[in-house]
Amino acid sequence: MRNRRLNLQLQGWLLLLPAVVLLATFTHVPAVSTIVDSLFSTPQGRRPAAFIGLDQYRTMLADPIFWRALNNNLLYALTTVPIAIGLALVMALFVNGRIKGRAALRLAFFTPTILPMVAAANIWLFFYTPGYGLIDQVGRLFGFGAINWLGNTATALPALMAVTVWKEAGFFMIFFLAALQQVSPDLYEAAHMENASRWQIFSRITWPLVMPTTLFVAVNALINAFRIVDQVIAMTGGGPDNATTLLLFYIYQVAFSFWDTGYAAALATVLLTVLGVVSLAQFFLLDRRIHYR
Amino acid sequence: MSKFVRIVGAAAALAVSLFGSPAFAATEITFYYPIAVGGPITKTVDSYAAAFQKQHPDIVVKPVYTGSYQDSLVKAMTAAKAGNAPDVAVLLSTDMFTLIDNELIEPIDTIAASAADKAWLKSFYPAFMLNSQSGGHTWGVPFQRSTIVQYWNKDAFKAAGLDPDKAPASWDDMVAFGKKLTKREAAGQVSQWGLEIPSSGFPYWLFQALATQNDAILANESGTKVEYNGARVIEAAQFFADLGQKYEVMPKGIIDWGTTPKDFFEGKTAIMWTTTGNLTNVRQNAKFAFGVAPMPSKLRGGSPTGGGNIYIFKNNDKAKEAAALEFARFLTTPDMAADWGIATGYVATRPDAWNTETMKKYAADFPAALIARDQLKDAVAELSTHDNQRVTKALNDALQAVLTGAKPAKAALDDAQAEANRILHPYQN
Repeated sequence: MRNRRLNLQLQGWLLLLPAVVLLATFTHVPAVSTIVDSLFSTPQGRRPAAFIGLDQYRTMLADPIFWRALNNNLLYALTTVPIAIGLALVMALFVNGRIKGRAALRLAFFTPTILPMVAAANIWLFFYTPGYGLIDQVGRLFGFGAINWLGNTATALPALMAVTVWKEAGFFMIFFLAALQQVSPDLYEAAHMENASRWQIFSRITWPLVMPTTLFVAVNALINAFRIVDQVIAMTGGGPDNATTLLLFYIYQVAFSFWDTGYAAALATVLLTVLGVVSLAQFFLLDRRIHYR
Repeated sequence: MSKFVRIVGAAAALAVSLFGSPAFAATEITFYYPIAVGGPITKTVDSYAAAFQKQHPDIVVKPVYTGSYQDSLVKAMTAAKAGNAPDVAVLLSTDMFTLIDNELIEPIDTIAASAADKAWLKSFYPAFMLNSQSGGHTWGVPFQRSTIVQYWNKDAFKAAGLDPDKAPASWDDMVAFGKKLTKREAAGQVSQWGLEIPSSGFPYWLFQALATQNDAILANESGTKVEYNGARVIEAAQFFADLGQKYEVMPKGIIDWGTTPKDFFEGKTAIMWTTTGNLTNVRQNAKFAFGVAPMPSKLRGGSPTGGGNIYIFKNNDKAKEAAALEFARFLTTPDMAADWGIATGYVATRPDAWNTETMKKYAADFPAALIARDQLKDAVAELSTHDNQRVTKALNDALQAVLTGAKPAKAALDDAQAEANRILHPYQN
């Protein structure tokens, strides 16, 4: 009897083993070693890494580019996440109704998602090219002059944000569409019997019932906003004057252009912490206000 | 992370040594190279490797295309830190100090010790050796080297009432010509700019031409000190910004390096500054009469050199180092230097390459090819220091801040100087 239970336990662990090994190798061990590395100086040539405690973090506090990157990233997240979610919900409501060409519309909204980021970035590079890019060509018809979207500190970051919203909204739409189709038609019928207005139906039935999806999408969007790096590399290289430098791009630059691996580890630790706090806060604070069936 | 990479690298190296050893005793060397200009460059490089192999059946060269200069350095250094360095690579001449500090490269003169080797190292233009030597050693062999030149659209000059055979020769000319060349429509939109000097990615390089013309040197020879905020440097940065903001002969904000040649082909700009490495590209794509001119002058003329050197990576297997040297020598013979120069537009790196029959014929047919070479007498070393990427980033950020109007020139360059001092401090004792 006891032997059998032990066997069962062993079996359980064996079943878990592949996942545990993979997670440990590619997530937990690197995360912990990053934190450990951030307490050491960067080895160079014959000079090995030395323990320096929190020195890297002190450097970070005094590093204006780090603050700029963090600021940019927060702005990026707080702007793109609500817009992408709002747009996704509107698109989902739109293609959920009975309209002509529904399948084609859904496909059109979803297309940006299947493009690789680098391809999307190159398309938008063409849109933004001053003089003969698409935006300027259209603008010229209405009498606007050439605008150097990516070459100005004020417009470069919003220009990148537009790409993210364009790319992510279609993806999130799919989740909302699935959620909308889960809402029981009885509720809508009851609302119609009561002569509820469209806004009342949306705010009292649809919105609360898709709330779990909204939370799920929001967590993902927020985490994605801190993981953006490819379009920065493809479109601006972080310029002009760090206006589009985001945290992960700065980490890449410090690690692989400057080879200051100790400092890069400290920056990565900060990013890890930010992401951890974001997801914890969302789960604990928002959980209470969400309607679960 | 670094430890993990090292372990994986060691495992990979072990696997290679166990299973991948060739049956015969040929020395195999890996060659990393970047591409920074237009044209079918990979084909040319592959043909060079094949030609080398014919001459040296005992050496196998594996050419690996590694992307832009930036990507190539990242790849070479990552591979080296994983214990799998390339044997020979073309990287920016300005990466020299970074490669030395990381103890990745061998001084060429310690491998190339014979009298013939020594003569070979002396055969290049001295201007190109400025970025190739430090601490009494030669660390890189000039391969694809360049200077900055002006390209101008002769048809646009004629249309603006300017002499089509005269490019701007001074800063005043740049402004005066630019004003005539900038075409505005009724609503105020500009259909043709006078001039474009690109400022994305690595504005320091083109800016260094302006600083040189104002007789300022940005870094010392040993790469331990920079002068970013001297009065003449500030004046040059101010002029760079004024071209757009005050004189309005150049687009405001950041001008993209990659689309500048396209703007020139499309007639969006009448003059552009870019590398001579784009010469063949311009020759094939400009649908109008164009000219190539040396840089204009203020207190003096001149341009920084630019481009890539051949480096030989440290290796415990001396046979590989010797094979790498043999390959470097092959790539830089007068005939090869001439061939490479014609294929791309880079300046053939040694005087005797210009005396070969093919080069003489090419230059007679296309005299514009001589401009960049003749400018070498006024050329200065490209900005290069220890921790180069970081120190030049400080200047790049400052220049972009000035060009976008975010900061005044003096404040921006003072900041850049302070940042560079902080980074270079450990190297200054």
